[in-house]
Amino acid sequence: MATETLTLGKALNAGMRKALENDPKVVIMGEDVGKLGGVFRITDGLQKDFGDQRVIDTPLAESGIIGTAVGLAIRGYRPVCEIQFDGFVYPAYDQIVSQVAKMHYRSRGKLKIPMVIRIPFGGGIGAVEHHSESPEAYFSHTPGLKVATCANPQDAYVMIQQAIASDDPIVFLEPKRRYWEKGPVEVDQPLPEAYPLQAARIARPGTDATLIAYGPMVRTCLDAATAAAEDGRELEVIDLRTLAPLDLGQVYESVRRTGRAIVVHEAPSNIGLGAEVAARITEECFYSLESPVLRVTGYDIPYPASRVEEEYLPDLDRVLDAVDRTFGW
Amino acid sequence: MAKGDPGVSTRGRRAVPRSRKGATGDPELVQLLTPEGERIESVTGPDGTEYRVDFTDEEYRGFYRDLVLVRKLDAEATALQRQGELGLWASLLGQEAAQVGSGRALRTQDMAFPTYREHGVLYCRGIDPIMPLGLFRGVDQGGWDPNEFKFNMYTIVIGAQTLHATGYAMGVTMDGKTGTDEGEAVIAYFGDGATSQGDVNEAFVWASVFNAPMVFFCQNNQYAISEPLERQTRIPLYRRAAGFGFPGIRVDGNDVLASYAVTRHALDNARHGQGPSLIEAYTYRMGAHTTSDDPTRYRIASEVEAWQAKDPIARMKAFLVKQKIADDGFFAEVDEQAKRESVHLRERVLEMPNPEPSSMFDHVYPNGSPLVDQQRAQFTQYLESFEGSAH
Repeated sequence: MATETLTLGKALNAGMRKALENDPKVVIMGEDVGKLGGVFRITDGLQKDFGDQRVIDTPLAESGIIGTAVGLAIRGYRPVCEIQFDGFVYPAYDQIVSQVAKMHYRSRGKLKIPMVIRIPFGGGIGAVEHHSESPEAYFSHTPGLKVATCANPQDAYVMIQQAIASDDPIVFLEPKRRYWEKGPVEVDQPLPEAYPLQAARIARPGTDATLIAYGPMVRTCLDAATAAAEDGRELEVIDLRTLAPLDLGQVYESVRRTGRAIVVHEAPSNIGLGAEVAARITEECFYSLESPVLRVTGYDIPYPASRVEEEYLPDLDRVLDAVDRTFGW
Repeated sequence: MAKGDPGVSTRGRRAVPRSRKGATGDPELVQLLTPEGERIESVTGPDGTEYRVDFTDEEYRGFYRDLVLVRKLDAEATALQRQGELGLWASLLGQEAAQVGSGRALRTQDMAFPTYREHGVLYCRGIDPIMPLGLFRGVDQGGWDPNEFKFNMYTIVIGAQTLHATGYAMGVTMDGKTGTDEGEAVIAYFGDGATSQGDVNEAFVWASVFNAPMVFFCQNNQYAISEPLERQTRIPLYRRAAGFGFPGIRVDGNDVLASYAVTRHALDNARHGQGPSLIEAYTYRMGAHTTSDDPTRYRIASEVEAWQAKDPIARMKAFLVKQKIADDGFFAEVDEQAKRESVHLRERVLEMPNPEPSSMFDHVYPNGSPLVDQQRAQFTQYLESFEGSAH
């Protein structure tokens, strides 16, 4: 098995390249995805190698990107749409929620929309407003959509291919602050049955408390677990991978062992993913809990100016503070 | 635009372009059949294209038959709503010619993206008119296969389907299915209100820069529910096309022959790779927006009466009579057929079963979802808990 060291961004690029090679119906479309290779260079070189009929620079209108991709899907294509930044997806919100999500249902299964909507999401890169948001709850709340996010290069490479191969419409959130983080990627394995798209994974085993995260916060939680180990606390870190539908079997199993759970995400807490995870843990693990499920999240404010974003974003210290609180209950 | 188009002839006399002062005061209106039933042999459009049709008597009678049938079936649906058998109905009354003309202009390989009012186009596609009634009765949400019928599901969000149509048309180009007589064209239906939507304007941009084989067919029925055309536009709608870089034309939408000619020409241009165009079918919504609407609150009776005089069916009948193409026996036979089909439609609507409650969990995802599966199981269990109970 050939293993390469790739950044998360390069792993996504390699995964899309493989999808383009494997299926002539796969098309990539979005703003600046062609010659430029995308503003983050995630589609770098793909138009050069596959042509401008397969890697399409679109006009600058997000609803147009998703709406025309619906038509291409009806025609039998598998569009992979790039939304340039999280904060720019909202003009396409109607097409995603009212059209993409419902076509299969309305047609009683006769029409499939095998679309992937790639969105770089989250903060931590010192960007101006509208470039650092975490819109996952909006899409996770919408029946008919699946929502996935990767946390490391190996998952990026595999999950983007799984998402493209899936007949379900999938909002694929890419942790943009992790685009440049490197890791090993097995590049020549066939598209794995190794884990289904929705399966969560244990990113670090532990015995004392369970940290539940996804996307950019998985790295933060792993760092927190390393620091906690020095204090003699073994934290289990679970990467949810897929936010809709949630795969919480391993979370329940973990919390029944540890008795303590902390959900960590960048998005604001109110009506967020953490609330859903906490509610489900409470339903399933009530008698095992030693303390209430805690949340470490962004605050319920608009994403702030970048010079204070480090105070806004959950970091190692805020996670460890929550760990202390759960043990102090 | 006319070059290479098989449906357009340059022979015969040229009629003087007619002056029809509409709501926006625009004189350029393609018309081949006057409200009095006089045939105009040909009309030259603003870009020099000459529009004419040359049908056999049988074909003329066929147009009339379709017009009468779609009006009758539509009236039956309105009646079914009034009797509580449909939750809602969006009537096409007054727009029969725009729909039958454009619907008949589609070739077998062409794809249509309707709004929720295109019952006449649906009929002309050879689709069972019962199909959309499930949606309005509330037993399904459309539920047909767009690729089987070359007719997309009804779209209720205003203008959203114009983008779907344009993307589909891009796919036609990518499949190499343009450039010949067998090429495929795509038509998107929408109304005057939709022209204010961002999606429609984005569809115009996309179709233009990708040279998509698209026909944008706008039925300007003068009202977006209660709001008159003047609240949507300061210029005639068809002229918007010029700003997007493709041809636009206004046709008398109450003239089935002109609607056919203009649409066929635009579709054939599209299939031959000559790109998109916009047709503004100038017509009038004779009825309410839907059965929930009350047009007496926002328009006056004299306006409706003026349009009554331009009725699409009356003028076709006058033409057939004057030209001795049809006699009383034919008209009686068509009426009889319309009555028969509407009775048949009614019977089948009344027999439409309600869906099994648990079927609401079907088809949320092609690959399924553990969450939906779990909720279905809980729902089933919940229902079963009532078994044997008096309640």
